[in-house]
Amino acid sequence: MIHSVFLISNAGDLFLEKHWKSVISRSICDYFFEAREKAVEPDNVPPVIRTPHHYLINIYREKIFFVSVIQTEVPPLFVIEFLHRVAETFQDYFGECSETTIKDNVVIVYELLEEMLDNGFPLATESNILKELIRPPTILRSMVNTITGSSNVGETLPTGQLSTIPWRRAGVKYTNNEAYFDVVEEIDAILDKSGTTVFAEIQGVIDACVKLSGMPDLTLSFMNPRLLDDVSFHPCVRYKRWESERVISFIPPDGNFQLMSYHISAQNLVAIPVYVKQNISFFETGSSGRLDITVGPKQTMGKTLECLVVTVHMPKVVLSANLSATQGTYNYDPVTKILVWDIGKLNPQKLPNLKGSLSLQSGAPKPEENPSLNIDLKIQQLAISGLKVNRLDVYGEKYKPFKGVKYVSKAGKFQVRT
Amino acid sequence: MLGMSANSVSYNEQGSVESGVDAAQENSSIPASISSGGAASSLFSADYKKNEDLKEMLESNKESLKLEAMKRIVGLIAKGKNASELFPAVVKNVASKNIELKKLVYVYLVRYAEEQQDLALLSISTFQRALKDPNQLIRASALRVLSSIRVPIIVPIMMLAIKEAATDLSPYVRKTAAHAIQKLFSLDPDQKEHLIEVIEKLLKDKSTLVAGSVVMAFEEVCPDRIDLIHKNYRKLCNLLVDVEEWGQVVIIHMLTRYARTQFVSPWREDAVFDENSEKAFYDSEEERRVDQSKPYIMDPDHRLLLRNTKPLLQSRNTAVVMAVSQLYWHLSPKHELSIITKSLVRLLRSHREVQYIVLQNIATMSIQRKGMFEPFMKSFYVRSTDATHIKTLKLEILTNLANEANISTILREFQTYVKSQDKAFAAATIQAIGCCATNISEVTDTCLNGLVLLLSNRDETVVAESVVVIKKLLQTQPSQHSDIIKHMAKLFDNITVPMARASILWLMGEYCEHVPKIAPDVLRKMAKTFTDEEDIVKLQIVNLAAKLYLTNSKQTKLLTQYILNLGKYDQNYDIRDRTRFIRQLIVPNEKSGALSKYARRILMAPKPAPVLQSAFKDRDRFQLGTLSHTLNSQASGYLELSDWPAVAPDQSVRNVEVKEAGAPALSKSKPAKSNEKFYSDSEEEEGEEEEGSNSEDSSSSSSEESVRESESEENSNDSNKSSSSQSEKSSSESDSEKKKKTLKNKKLQQQKPDSKDRKQKNGNAVKVESRSESESGSESSSSESSSESRSELDSDSDSGTDQKKNTKPKPVQSKPVIKQVEKKEVSLLDLDDFSPAPVTTPKSSILSPNLLSDLQGLLISPTASALQASSPVFVPETSHELLHRMTGKGLSAQYRFTRQPCIYGNSMVSLQLTLSNRTDQALENIHISEKSSTGQNIHRFNAIERLEPQASVTVSMGVDFNDSTQTANFQLCTKEDEFSVSIQPAVGELLLPITMSEADFTKEQGKLVGMNESSATITITPENVSSQSVNRKVVSVANLGVIPSGQENIYRFAGKTVSSGSLVLVSVALKDPDAMITINTEKTVMGSMLLRQVKTALTNSGP
Repeated sequence: MIHSVFLISNAGDLFLEKHWKSVISRSICDYFFEAREKAVEPDNVPPVIRTPHHYLINIYREKIFFVSVIQTEVPPLFVIEFLHRVAETFQDYFGECSETTIKDNVVIVYELLEEMLDNGFPLATESNILKELIRPPTILRSMVNTITGSSNVGETLPTGQLSTIPWRRAGVKYTNNEAYFDVVEEIDAILDKSGTTVFAEIQGVIDACVKLSGMPDLTLSFMNPRLLDDVSFHPCVRYKRWESERVISFIPPDGNFQLMSYHISAQNLVAIPVYVKQNISFFETGSSGRLDITVGPKQTMGKTLECLVVTVHMPKVVLSANLSATQGTYNYDPVTKILVWDIGKLNPQKLPNLKGSLSLQSGAPKPEENPSLNIDLKIQQLAISGLKVNRLDVYGEKYKPFKGVKYVSKAGKFQVRT
Repeated sequence: MLGMSANSVSYNEQGSVESGVDAAQENSSIPASISSGGAASSLFSADYKKNEDLKEMLESNKESLKLEAMKRIVGLIAKGKNASELFPAVVKNVASKNIELKKLVYVYLVRYAEEQQDLALLSISTFQRALKDPNQLIRASALRVLSSIRVPIIVPIMMLAIKEAATDLSPYVRKTAAHAIQKLFSLDPDQKEHLIEVIEKLLKDKSTLVAGSVVMAFEEVCPDRIDLIHKNYRKLCNLLVDVEEWGQVVIIHMLTRYARTQFVSPWREDAVFDENSEKAFYDSEEERRVDQSKPYIMDPDHRLLLRNTKPLLQSRNTAVVMAVSQLYWHLSPKHELSIITKSLVRLLRSHREVQYIVLQNIATMSIQRKGMFEPFMKSFYVRSTDATHIKTLKLEILTNLANEANISTILREFQTYVKSQDKAFAAATIQAIGCCATNISEVTDTCLNGLVLLLSNRDETVVAESVVVIKKLLQTQPSQHSDIIKHMAKLFDNITVPMARASILWLMGEYCEHVPKIAPDVLRKMAKTFTDEEDIVKLQIVNLAAKLYLTNSKQTKLLTQYILNLGKYDQNYDIRDRTRFIRQLIVPNEKSGALSKYARRILMAPKPAPVLQSAFKDRDRFQLGTLSHTLNSQASGYLELSDWPAVAPDQSVRNVEVKEAGAPALSKSKPAKSNEKFYSDSEEEEGEEEEGSNSEDSSSSSSEESVRESESEENSNDSNKSSSSQSEKSSSESDSEKKKKTLKNKKLQQQKPDSKDRKQKNGNAVKVESRSESESGSESSSSESSSESRSELDSDSDSGTDQKKNTKPKPVQSKPVIKQVEKKEVSLLDLDDFSPAPVTTPKSSILSPNLLSDLQGLLISPTASALQASSPVFVPETSHELLHRMTGKGLSAQYRFTRQPCIYGNSMVSLQLTLSNRTDQALENIHISEKSSTGQNIHRFNAIERLEPQASVTVSMGVDFNDSTQTANFQLCTKEDEFSVSIQPAVGELLLPITMSEADFTKEQGKLVGMNESSATITITPENVSSQSVNRKVVSVANLGVIPSGQENIYRFAGKTVSSGSLVLVSVALKDPDAMITINTEKTVMGSMLLRQVKTALTNSGP
């Protein structure tokens, strides 16, 4: 299966290699560099690259390319999913997955990779198990280790590895038992020039932070489970109970995890919280253009819109922007051609407006198409779909945990065509 | 890093090595081998140290120093630097007590052993010792490293170690052994035969931990040995839900391949869909064979696979979802395919790379089955922020999905894309428009006009692409579009993209008769610029010249000759060749001979329009989800998916010995376990946890499985004498008890459907459980307890080695029995979880007399009050096929339930049979044979003496189904032939309607509570809310009488079973938008089946 993995920074620096079978020369990556060059943007690098004797399957994450070398037929998603899992593990261990942190923790990274794959086949990818095998670094521990010479490596086989509940370690103890759930919904939408919805759907996830002692068995129920169109669960969730009773019954992993994700595609259910009035035009003569954007609230269910950001990918010919914003700040990066207008909180009484002129490269023809606007926003304490958690019950343990549910709605891929 | 720098401080203090403070200064004195690392970042400043330092550190006595040295060496390896010269120093530490140090040494060893084979041998004895370590983690890691050292000399040692580890008590070690198999195979393929033996053994393993890894080994070592899978097929299907996600992917892909070799295609036109599969599941072998004479019935094992993979569509792992999707694509009947759509669309929210692969697969699927993805069309709309390859794939899919109904929406969407700043994407959109235009003739003109407008676009690539696409479109209907050709000729001067120029020239030449004035003029211009054109354009100029010469030689003769002369001396040999060829063809001279006579016919032959087709056409020759599919070419190691066999190979190969009816029973109980095991776990004391999946398996499965297990264990437990003797005992026992058990198994099955309903009412369920315990539990307890105790032993020895965990002996006898009951109960629940189609009762489950009486003992006997039989409210007109004319050699038979009381006997269901003769000879003496294969009481119709060709006759007959939905099998005979046929009654047909007052109804209902009541809440579709539609739906499902109701929103129906006359009361209470269906009857089996059917009827929309 997976032969080797190379980590390559965005700048093209190959800074880590790991082989699970016989060593493959790093020159294999030349094929990758070739493709990287051809693609211009890192996003455009094809995920699967064919070389005469090998196949390179790569992902791009956090400005790092994870390039894996494959020799024989394998489901490509298998490899892609695994590489993402590796990146997530790094993030989990080191707080962030970046070139610096990986270089700083190269030994732990190596130990992790060693445990995650055996002969190219995934061995332990469950974060709970890995953390028992290799303890994540903390400042305190590294100090202690230095002095006492003890190690980060666990000495026994994690119990989870053998049990039927591999995601939970045994013997968890907390003085404060708590279980928090975040219902996070993202609105994916495409609005056309006139403001009508071309396409809208809601993607939701329920993130959980469960710190409960022992082996609790939880049941989470919703007020309106029928809203959920399509769901996928963490392996801990009993699918059968969901099918029959529409409740989520599970023995949780310890700590943070994503309990489920869901999808609401019925368009009439998707409230569009914001409207945009825009007028972007480029003049035929004089190498200039005009821009005028106003943002206002639409269906906000009485909540305020926060963290409102409008991003515009300008055509290549736009050299600079001379604008004035009634609220927030704007910034135009002439290299990447991205205009970012950070509005912040939306005040419904006084709608924010961004207005001014754009100067174009002289002599170049005016752009065919107006750039589309990407909107970012956040609404606290609201699940835009109306999904509500009804209750959480704990079985199997005697204590009474603290419980809490938080709702947040965000704009996902929210695009306004102009 | 903090750790490292802190460390360097510590050794500075010890003064054993010089500090690395001034790295640059040292750098100058470093030998070449390391100075290659000179460019390393400051993080690796430690690398600047000489290897000598590292060597010294490794040889010191301080563990912390050694560890530090190893960490730095690993840093070197990670950077891809050569650290091989340290091999001797490192290998000495292989036996270190410090686990982290040891692990790092392992990392080093695996990396360099291949280069330093002799030295690597020094470490082998350490591993051999570690293989015997009591700690399973150490055993496993020793095997991992030993097998990763690619030194051919140790192949025999590896082989031995693998064989031993394959019988290890720890499933984790066995998993490692499965991985080691592949490693050894790649090191020495000659070991194949021995390795296959190990694989065979491990395939029998029932641990979910091992399953994925061993299947992986199977796929790599001996994918063609399908025969090894047979016996494990059902086990793998059932374990699947519990296997870790990576293993699931591998197993699903393997099973897809397997299924394609073992089952017949479910895609046949006349497929009778899987209504019968549930029933077939319980069939004994003989009955199954009878089934084969029918058009198509899915093999129960085939169904098992589909059913057990379905929940995995909800997995968070995209690879698993994709694997299940491809399994459904390749294996499921077409009408079931739609369930994968949503899941695939969900994956589109995932990472860019995932999107890419999923979109590719959707593109392939959408070509063949538009309908699957059409409702999700908008999910494929392109965002300006998508990566280019994602955009083009989405475009591809949108094109595939286009049809008459949605084309306008799609074209509007395309208009937005054409204006995209991403010009490559805009060009792709134009091609897509072209595709839509050819595929959907209604919009051809609209598209063409749109494309012509694009010709005045500012961007050259857009214009060029439009020209190319227009050229293709025009070829389909050139005569109507001469103005477009003229328009393009005008644009010609402004277009510089060679491909577009060439396209216009070709158009001119091809249709020069439509534009007689313009074409010569274009040629004149081209003659001027010929030398500056691209090769592709030059070729077309030559073509144009030749065609004009033939049609209009008067105007163009000279021009043509001039161009041909230019071409003759062109630098490109293609053009020189073409010129020479054309000259010979069109200019008549002595040498050219006969060919030039046909020049016109050759050059001006009508050419078929090009078919604009998707790049994903035919891509499904590769299994979906594979690398080969992504690349559209065969990757090495790709295993071809075979075609369905015309005749299914012997199904019995999958039967696991020692049982008959056992297999289905077991496969039923297993998937339930999978989810329910969490419960049982949490209920047990902590100490029991390490039991792991082993004991789970044995305790949950029925007794004959424990025999299987004991066999596999026998091989493994040489050391563990007590256990092996036990297992022998149990197997011998079970042999002697074989008969009993089959009997018992049958009973178990019968119980299932009943107690499933009871489960909902927990209070009453207790009674039944205790009964079933005494009945089945006692019989199996002997073997049961032995298997249980054995697995206990397993865990004991595991945990015993794990020193920390102490094991406490547990009361062995009592536990398993309780557990057994629990499991059983749970599995009952699953029956209806799994069945999408209305399920019919198991064939073999005639309530055996004593069970029936047992059941009745528990029930409150109904008082037969004034129940008046009434006439049916609704008689369905639909008739069912009894005998198809193909199978009946021209005799076809259909039956229909008349819903009338049967005149032949009170306990019979009345049927109407229509027999038709479709041959051209008369059929004689049509009758039902005397011997009935299933023992129902059948009232036969009088033999029909003679049935004329093309004539049909209707007769009536009666069948006593004994209040069960078991099929009635009998032989329909003519003078020459005998056809076995079967009638499958729907549960609703086993009833007769009665009327009673509302008060009586509630009174009777009050008596039939507890487990006699089954209820369900459903969401009713809006169109079903009216009283009429509820009534209509219920009576169409079941032959029930409508009870006038005083309350709004509550509908009541009553009936009695035909055979025993038991009351069946149905009430539907509407609470918008939900509806609660309650069924009260002492025939709990029928009650639950009826409930399900009513449920489906009310949730389905439509008449």
